[in-house]
Amino acid sequence: MANDVKDVDSHSGTETTGHSWDGIKELNTPLPRWWLIIWYITIVWAVIYMIFMPAIPALPGMGTNTPGIRGHSDRALVAEAVADLKAARTEQSASLLDASLEEIETNRELQQFALAMGESLFGDNCATCHGAGGRGAIGYPILADDVWLWDGTLDGIEYTLRHGIRHEGDPDTRFSLMPRFGRDGLLPSEEIDNLTQYVLRVSGQPHDAEAADAAALTYEQQCSTCHGADGRGDRLQGAPNLTDQEWLYGGTEDAIHATIYNARNSHMPAWQDRLDDASIKALAVYVHTLGGGE
Amino acid sequence: MGQTTLNIHPSAGSGGPTPPPPKDLYAKRQQIYPKLAHGKFRSVKWVVMAITLGVYYLLPWLRWDRGEGIPNQAVLADFESEKFYFFFIEIWPQDIHFLAGLLILAALVLFLITSLLGRVWCGYTCPQTVWTDLYIWVERAFEGDRAARMRLDHAPWSFNKAWRKLGKHTIWLVIAFWTGGAFILYWHDAPTVAQGWFTGDAPLSAYWFAGILTLTTYFLAGWMREQVCTYMCPWPRIQGALTDEHALNVTYRYDRGEPRGPKRKSESWDERGDCIDCDQCVQVCPVGIDIRDGSQLECIHCALCIDACDEMMTKIGRPTGLIAYDTDVAVTARANHQTPPKYRVLRTRTMLYVILISAISALMVWGLATKATIEANVLKDRSPPFVQLSNGEIQNGYTLKLVNKQSDPRTMVISISGIEGLTYSVIGFEHEGAEPLELPVEAFGVDRYRVLVSAPAGAPQRQITISVRDAETGETDINRASFRGPNQ
Repeated sequence: MANDVKDVDSHSGTETTGHSWDGIKELNTPLPRWWLIIWYITIVWAVIYMIFMPAIPALPGMGTNTPGIRGHSDRALVAEAVADLKAARTEQSASLLDASLEEIETNRELQQFALAMGESLFGDNCATCHGAGGRGAIGYPILADDVWLWDGTLDGIEYTLRHGIRHEGDPDTRFSLMPRFGRDGLLPSEEIDNLTQYVLRVSGQPHDAEAADAAALTYEQQCSTCHGADGRGDRLQGAPNLTDQEWLYGGTEDAIHATIYNARNSHMPAWQDRLDDASIKALAVYVHTLGGGE
Repeated sequence: MGQTTLNIHPSAGSGGPTPPPPKDLYAKRQQIYPKLAHGKFRSVKWVVMAITLGVYYLLPWLRWDRGEGIPNQAVLADFESEKFYFFFIEIWPQDIHFLAGLLILAALVLFLITSLLGRVWCGYTCPQTVWTDLYIWVERAFEGDRAARMRLDHAPWSFNKAWRKLGKHTIWLVIAFWTGGAFILYWHDAPTVAQGWFTGDAPLSAYWFAGILTLTTYFLAGWMREQVCTYMCPWPRIQGALTDEHALNVTYRYDRGEPRGPKRKSESWDERGDCIDCDQCVQVCPVGIDIRDGSQLECIHCALCIDACDEMMTKIGRPTGLIAYDTDVAVTARANHQTPPKYRVLRTRTMLYVILISAISALMVWGLATKATIEANVLKDRSPPFVQLSNGEIQNGYTLKLVNKQSDPRTMVISISGIEGLTYSVIGFEHEGAEPLELPVEAFGVDRYRVLVSAPAGAPQRQITISVRDAETGETDINRASFRGPNQ
């Protein structure tokens, strides 16, 4: 050790680091003792932590992170918590399975449980399309009103939930297909224009009477099988009522024209493979109570 | 300086050279060895300690019959069923303003007492003071009084020192444990949780809080002591705004005591003060200050120095009360050879506090006396705000929460009005139209109902009234809720 002489700042009496910038020297003020002690403690703690808990991430060739001798795993904890929750709900879930949908809706206790369960399930699985509280959106039916495309009874809603609508892979799914009159060249565009006026008239909106009259025969031949001779629709085929003010894809002239031209055949997944029976029953009751259950 | 102003703060205002800045940022705590005082105030403090600790430890065991299925503990904060019981008062989450009122009342009473009697709260009833006092009592039992304790602390380790220290800390921990244990009794049924605590059946939170309170009691009363008052508690700072020159404070009467100094037998009492500088007031002080330095924030006004001084004055044949509860105005007046003003209870400040306390108490008593036993809360669906039905009517959905604060199930009649042509239905009930509907509500609980209200699309009104009436007593709660439609 050649030079052990410490450079001491004459003003403060504190040792300096020996570094000098334009004659300004940095004081080598010692760290407070309490700070050092805490720092040492954190080092000791880190070593203990690495022994007991997962610490080093999976590096190439390691396959997995270091597990730590406690064998802690957040994933396992979540699985455990979910299992606990299911176990805690078993009794009430079982009571949902035993009861009919009507019983669930009229029995105070079952109803409260089903609605609470249904609300959270709806938020997780259904609200993405149907909106919170079943408020609906263009292309996604409103569930809070009393207009139903297929079936608004408790059993009907449960059926739709189980099998979905136009869901591939479920032979029992609710199914119907409106032809693409314009795109597939089934009708000339003039006829489609006239049909649009006809639908406007059926729904009580301003229209071109002459064009509507001209489409009367086409309507009877092409549309009335599903939508009915008077345009009131057919729930067995999921064919919407054209005479009310409720439109799934919009009721303006342009929207109606686009619907006839392209057809609208939207899908809903079948939920029986994704949710258990108690959940589907709870959801059916929840949707039924949103505002328009039959 | 006026002739009567005594230099009791030697450093204050003296124009000497500024002292060099201290080297260390922290002053090491000086261990305080308070000597046992004897006298009036020491006795009062023992009694207050017995009462406050007795209330704290025993209150949860007191029973209070409220009827079938309702906890019978007189004082209980029942978080599980979200209710707070205090003898005949039951506070529901909906009544939380009573709790706020109680806290405001407690604060105002504290203000009033402080402006009348100074920091008696600090000196006699503050938990920190009471438990510290108890811990010092234990310490004294094991290690002796002030002089013996100082000797013991400075002595090298020996068997004698070891067993005394071990015994003291053991008893401290036992007291701390009982303190933490008693705390959880306020949050659960006391007999059940006390038994469950030892059989491992108590909720985790009970062990957690008992553990925390055990540790805080042990450290705050055993180790921290006066540092809690001096550094941690805001009260000494607030005190400055609450006491004034008319408040009774523990005061050294410098008009009588100065000039102080040791007195020989031959010396006459003329031309000198009564203070003989015996240091007794300092030795008994639990916060380690000299009361003769005047009012200071460390002083918790425990009045033990009064006892110590009175004892000494009696011994040397001088009148007692050299240190006493007195007001600043009185001491200043006497120092100026004037007649001290009489102690005034009625002052603007105290009268204002009394008026506020009476007003809030009256408001709370009125609120409690007329507290409703039914309550309805209406929550309107926000999504969707409304829907149009196939018949053209507008429908809004609501959640109706019916609260029954009585211990019997009741039937409540709801009726909804406010819009011409309005009809409503309740999910799970056969009901159409606008007629009143009877709904059952469980005992001592809250029931939720889903209500759908529809009205013609053109109706101009935008508000509905939902009234809920007890079918038997006729007690009614009326709620208003908005009704939304496409043109709003």
